[in-house]
Amino acid sequence: MLIKRRSFLKTASLATASLWVPRFLQAHSRPGALAPNGKILVVIQFSGGNDGLNTVIPVRNDVYYRERPRLGIKAPDALRLTDEAALNPALGAFKSLYDAGDLAVLHNVGYPNPDRSHFRSMDIWHTASPADEYWPTGWLGRYLDAQCGDAACQSPVLEIDDTLSLALKGAQRKGLALQEPKQLYESARSPYFTDYAAAGADHIHEDSPVGYLYKTMAETLASAEYIFEKSRVKPSPATYPNTGLGKHLKTVASLILGDADTSVYYVSLGSFDTHINQAAQQKRLFTELNDALAAFSADLKSQGRWNDVLVATFSEFGRRVAQNASGGTDHGTANQMFFLGGSLKEKGLLNPLPNLTDLDQGDLKFTVDFRQVYATLLERWLGADSEQILAQRFETLRFV
Amino acid sequence: MPVSRQLKLQHLLWRAGFGPATENWQRWLALDEQAWWPTLRKGSAETPNFLEVTGDSFRGLVLGLGEFGKVERARDDMDKAERKQLREQNREYLQSLNLTWLEDMVLSRAQLREKMALFWHGHFASRNLNVLFQQDMLHAIRTHALGNFGDLLRAVSKSAAMLAFLNNQQNKKAHPNENFAREVMELFTLGRGHYTETDIKEAARAFTGWGFNLEGAFVFRRQQHDTGEKTVLGKSGRFTGDDVLNILLEQRQTAHFIVRKLYRFLVNEEKIPEERVRELGDQFFDSGYDIGKLLDAIFTSTWFYEPENIGCKIKSPVELWVGIRRTLPLTLEDAEAQLLLQRALGQVLFHPPNVAGWPGGRAWIDSTALMLRLRLPHIIAANGALDLSPKDDDDALMGQNRGGRLQKRLALEINWKPMTALFADRDETAVLPALARFLWQIPVAEPPAAVLKNHTDPSSREQLVKTATLQLMATPEYQLS
Repeated sequence: MLIKRRSFLKTASLATASLWVPRFLQAHSRPGALAPNGKILVVIQFSGGNDGLNTVIPVRNDVYYRERPRLGIKAPDALRLTDEAALNPALGAFKSLYDAGDLAVLHNVGYPNPDRSHFRSMDIWHTASPADEYWPTGWLGRYLDAQCGDAACQSPVLEIDDTLSLALKGAQRKGLALQEPKQLYESARSPYFTDYAAAGADHIHEDSPVGYLYKTMAETLASAEYIFEKSRVKPSPATYPNTGLGKHLKTVASLILGDADTSVYYVSLGSFDTHINQAAQQKRLFTELNDALAAFSADLKSQGRWNDVLVATFSEFGRRVAQNASGGTDHGTANQMFFLGGSLKEKGLLNPLPNLTDLDQGDLKFTVDFRQVYATLLERWLGADSEQILAQRFETLRFV
Repeated sequence: MPVSRQLKLQHLLWRAGFGPATENWQRWLALDEQAWWPTLRKGSAETPNFLEVTGDSFRGLVLGLGEFGKVERARDDMDKAERKQLREQNREYLQSLNLTWLEDMVLSRAQLREKMALFWHGHFASRNLNVLFQQDMLHAIRTHALGNFGDLLRAVSKSAAMLAFLNNQQNKKAHPNENFAREVMELFTLGRGHYTETDIKEAARAFTGWGFNLEGAFVFRRQQHDTGEKTVLGKSGRFTGDDVLNILLEQRQTAHFIVRKLYRFLVNEEKIPEERVRELGDQFFDSGYDIGKLLDAIFTSTWFYEPENIGCKIKSPVELWVGIRRTLPLTLEDAEAQLLLQRALGQVLFHPPNVAGWPGGRAWIDSTALMLRLRLPHIIAANGALDLSPKDDDDALMGQNRGGRLQKRLALEINWKPMTALFADRDETAVLPALARFLWQIPVAEPPAAVLKNHTDPSSREQLVKTATLQLMATPEYQLS
């Protein structure tokens, strides 16, 4: 019954949407085939280089306190996880999720020859390229390419934001960035656009900039209606904090609860570039993160969907072990990633804390390649072919 | 399709400025083709005025604020309310500076200068929140926009805005901070791949002691400078920051890096003939970094006017909006609505996304931004509301509450006279194609007449011109220059 209704909705909205689709797109239109296993990945990007050592604090490590006389977080102030490790005091909800077995931490994630420039390192994380190569597409965009082929996917990978990140740009397909389903839908309904898009596409070359605009328009419009519909099926009844991330995660929850066929959601938080006065800035951002995730996990749990969801966090790099002279930290290398959800196969601290006595010019040495994490998420969580998407075989991990 | 004289002129005015101003169009068209470029150059010949939005009293109050957040500690003689007021005053002035410069782009005769200033504003991207520093930096950029790149590089590198943004106040002999040295090489001169991590560490030592005083003027703090020997790009000596900038300018790669970026900005973002940019780069280097000469070479070339370079650039949000305002002179009731518009479309002046500036090209187009671009002409025609929730951003201070939902009305009056006058004498059947030729840089034989017919009002010539103009602007084609 449910399946029937869902496929009807897909057909109905595609029929309307096809009015918008220029001829070069119409040929291959078919409903999207994302999320074959019903699993959902929510990526949270910490923009600016989050200081991992003040996130999961090595409370028994003398080197940490010696290198950070001013910035180091004292053991009694932090939220104890194990004998060795404690969480930043602003991450109380993370501590609860840890206690419930819904949180895993992977330390020392990075890549060989780390780059300390924000935009280059973020590029590397977004594209999953080796540090000495420049790739034009992102890992989730290529996931989209692989799942949709040359078909017009109904509901693409979604970023809840004003602009679309490189991570979500594939060779044939791009994710969709939106702030709010309703706003997108209402923008899309002008009859002038409908007429114009149908008539105007004939003189357009698909690979020219103007062809790109037409294509983007068509895809946006086809998706807008579908996404809006899904967001209204079962809007989240829960209260979320009135912050950027709070609102974004509420939108994500509504689409998950409405059974949108979107398997990856992407949100960002920042800026974590704390060269100066780090403590206050990191606390403010962590409070926003913590409160939003507390609401999101409680919401999905109460709706029985927490087991279908995996939240993964990352930042383009960590920061130097030593504090600088300005109450902050400078750009570093390896960092931890958090994984949160109801279906973790391995929980808690997945590997040893960073070794602060074996450094590379004052920076942590990575022990896990971030592309192993991507391969794990793609293959073991989303059921995709990671080798095709990452252009290389990476050993997967076991936490999902 | 051969390139018409009209299309050529429009192409030049869009790329070397912000598009034709309707009321001046006939005058431009009457000029000899050979006179177009010299006329543009002449329009930008004068030294620009200092764009000042702050008063002397404000300057006195905020002296010494490196980063604006520091006002709290820098001025402990003030009470809490005074500090808050000062912070808000600064924020308002920063908005004024944005809007004042935007107005200049619309109205100034010095179109070429303002266009190049926009390029350098993105190249030397700085997110400093101190309006006095931004004011000074903008002036440096507008002053040197068409002059010598070496002078420009030195002025920017010694500006309080850039030194503060890239943390060089914290770059001291005992604790070098590499941020400034890294970005100068990576983004301002050589580009990635043309230096090593060691070059950065060594250059950072040379820049130790570079800072600014309470008035925002450059100072060299000798006691914080590392006087030892450094090796940068194969040269060794007891280098200062000035020496390093000179070494960077001695690299031919710097000229090639700048020219390539400028070619993408002015000519074509996607098709870049390697030999041509290499040649231009060599000329730029051999001229001692004369920006004006480089522009002469580009805008008087035949290849600039080739069809593959016309109508192929996606207008940046600022180019789009300023271009609309030049075509349709309009009076805004609330100029601040333009800040929200910049934000929603993804380009807020003085707020580049990061030190790398705006990526440009297809990156301007995300789904929401494209929808807003296509709705924009209808919004302004209907005095429509801009109902947008700003992105959460800790630098978000361009008039928006963090996390709050904001509604602004783009209330304005369009002066239609220049447009209706320009198309008053055309034959009935020729009006729509003529409008399309004037508004679009994509040459088409005929605009889609059936569609225009359904969405335009033919009751009078004036109505037809008004409605068709708005419809032609609400298209993917209009996004291109």
